[in-house]
Amino acid sequence: MPEGQQPILELQGITKSFGGVEALRGVDFALYPGEIHGLVGENGAGKSTLMKIIAGVHTEFSGRFLVDGKEMHFRSARDAHAAGIAMVHQELSVAPDLTVAENVFLGNQPTNRLGLVQWRRMAREAGEQLARFGIDVDPMSRLGDLPIGLQQLIEIARVLFSGARIVILDEPTSALSPPEVERLFATLRRLRQEGTAIVFISHFIEDILRVSDTVTVFRNGRKVAETASAATSKGALIEAMIGRGGEALEHSYTDDLMLPQPSDRKVVLKVDQLSLSRSLQDISFEARAGEVLGIYGFMGCGQQELSRILFGKLKPDGGTLAVEGTPKSFASTAAARRAGVALVPESRRDMLFHQEPVYKNISISILDRISALLLKPARERDIAKRQVEQLQIRPPVVGLDLGMLSGGNQQKVALAKWLTYPPKLLVLCEPTRGMDVGAKNDVINIVRDLRARGLAIIVLSTEPETVLSLADRILVLKRGALVREFKNEPVSKDRLLEAA
Amino acid sequence: MSSETALAAGRRARGLAPFLRSQMRNIAPFLTLIFLTAFFAFASPSFATLDNLGNILTQVSVTGIIAVGLTFVILCAEIDLSIAAIANVTGIAVAYFTLQESYVNIANVPLPGAVAIILSILLCALLGLVNALGLTAIGIPSFIMTLAMMQIAAGISALLVRGQIAYKVPSLITTLGSGSIGGVPWIVIVAAIMLLGGHLVLTYTRFGRYVYMVGGNREAAEYSGLNVKLILGAVMVISAVCSGIGGMLGVAHFGSAQQNEFDTYLLDSIAAVVVGGTSLFGGRGGIGNTIVGLFVLGVLNNGLDHVNIDSFLKILIRGLILLAALVINVYAQRLREKAAE
Repeated sequence: MPEGQQPILELQGITKSFGGVEALRGVDFALYPGEIHGLVGENGAGKSTLMKIIAGVHTEFSGRFLVDGKEMHFRSARDAHAAGIAMVHQELSVAPDLTVAENVFLGNQPTNRLGLVQWRRMAREAGEQLARFGIDVDPMSRLGDLPIGLQQLIEIARVLFSGARIVILDEPTSALSPPEVERLFATLRRLRQEGTAIVFISHFIEDILRVSDTVTVFRNGRKVAETASAATSKGALIEAMIGRGGEALEHSYTDDLMLPQPSDRKVVLKVDQLSLSRSLQDISFEARAGEVLGIYGFMGCGQQELSRILFGKLKPDGGTLAVEGTPKSFASTAAARRAGVALVPESRRDMLFHQEPVYKNISISILDRISALLLKPARERDIAKRQVEQLQIRPPVVGLDLGMLSGGNQQKVALAKWLTYPPKLLVLCEPTRGMDVGAKNDVINIVRDLRARGLAIIVLSTEPETVLSLADRILVLKRGALVREFKNEPVSKDRLLEAA
Repeated sequence: MSSETALAAGRRARGLAPFLRSQMRNIAPFLTLIFLTAFFAFASPSFATLDNLGNILTQVSVTGIIAVGLTFVILCAEIDLSIAAIANVTGIAVAYFTLQESYVNIANVPLPGAVAIILSILLCALLGLVNALGLTAIGIPSFIMTLAMMQIAAGISALLVRGQIAYKVPSLITTLGSGSIGGVPWIVIVAAIMLLGGHLVLTYTRFGRYVYMVGGNREAAEYSGLNVKLILGAVMVISAVCSGIGGMLGVAHFGSAQQNEFDTYLLDSIAAVVVGGTSLFGGRGGIGNTIVGLFVLGVLNNGLDHVNIDSFLKILIRGLILLAALVINVYAQRLREKAAE
């Protein structure tokens, strides 16, 4: 990067351990003004730990921490903020019930001499700020009414415009549609020109390569590579990340992929003219046994609602569902489960019990099959042990509280709970989101295995790679309507994006 | 977290200090109990006697019976404010259906004892069902729903006795409420059996597991295909029936049935469950905690009578102890969450 310039932030020999386990081992890191610095690494490689140290979240560590060449020691995130460091976390942290303008000015609304909020001024300035970002919304509308992608952009905009000199973005693009990503990148480039230093963490290596100047790769708490983005490639980065030949694992899906002949096995689910107020219109499709049906679309296209309707969590306004030819109207998720439908939602937090041991998480949805009145803990543990072995859940201890497992392993537990007595139809939302390459591959293999056992599987995702890596047939959902079906024909990332 | 760090985290959590932290909600109430007992034993020679232990057990029995059902409700992260009013109306109902002495001026409906008891239990179950439907079918928060039920039950009580006092209840109820066998009051035995029963249901049955899971993460329970509404409805009915039984035995224990007789039992029952360490956020705790909570309250109430203390100050002291317990309850939840991270 800029030779001879003084780094705005410099870390030397940072070591951080959690109860004897070293999460970071002697990491050096330098960030220059006007630089976009990409950070890649598998889950648990240490990227987030390092960023949390920079943002003042973790305050205990060893090593030197310099801002503008002066040694600093933050005691809290507030100190980091005062030093001009701001971070956008992976999870949304907005106030959905407040207006867009209030969210943009959260904590420092413009007030007049009496301390009253100047609404008109706030709305005007918020509108101007967002317009610079290419976001055209009514600043007085309720934030929660906007699509998730837009909410995330607004949160990012708030941080970017807060005047911070160092901005850390943790997985900012995972909930954004391609045009939204473009807007984000354009803004990042403009900020770079103004001299802001930006750290960009992402699993999407293409995004990193496109927007960043420098890329740093982490593996097992160590920095294993730092290189100019122009001088490296996706394959090289993946290899550095996982320390083995990466090409075979991460398919880029830019070339055409041939979808197989459509299955002619029995129809497990038939959906006819389903509609839900503003979210879904006239949705009709079939899912067959032994087939993975992919449903692709941008964030907010109605996937979430569709999956909830299939599992009895939402009631559609119109249309019919039939499971194996029998019409169903699911009054509850319990009814859907009895009919043989299972759902793994995109948010693991929603479907797992973090304070309960792994085996209780696995057995919960099959308890009525293994016990009439009294529990059989030994049986539960046996079943859980078998699943843990089959799905290679780590650590293989069924008595451990679920919260102790890593994200990828939690996702496997979320799958495992449905597999002892497999359902007829398995609905998976974003099954590989936020996972590292290895865990992704495990999940893909599990799904293929289930297909071979004759389940009908529906995979809904906003990531083209996920759909392409799993599906035998692909539907494209756009603004609540099915616009295209890919079957028995070549398909690629470009073609999918074009259809959406 | 990678798998190695997760494994290490698991190992760490099995160390002593984190274990104690995660068990804070169980340990703190127990320490409180030991401390209070030691204090009163030291302060008053009449406190630490076998006779007085019997007194304490008898004094907490009605609360204990009501608290069994309430434990289920709080484990589900709901609340039932109608317990005392339902206890009251059930106690009044069982007297209403019993032949009273001629000087009792109540237009009642005398029925055979067994019928009176069954009708009374049906009444409290019905009121619990109304709570359940309001909570699950209509979606009224339990706090408000049971507040309304508190008034409804008090209203039925008022209509039944019209300001009068009834004395007679069926002989079975009289025996269980005020009789004793081999020196042990029946009401203590009933409370013990119900507490044990509640514990067995919570620990060893499928329904008990569902209660914990619904309380631990309702969203996840729904995504696991559990019938969450059915479980919530069931705990509301269980709570009402336990309250009703407590009310019937209580009436026999006090020797009379009248309006507003159980008012203090609302706070006492909630206090017993929460002081014992059952989480107000649901999913953690159990009957074991409730038993410890009952003893803390029992020792405190009883002990304050044994030491020379301004009787008006006692109310304040009880309030402060309750506040301390609430602080510990919320704090323990936070520690537990931290230990799980």
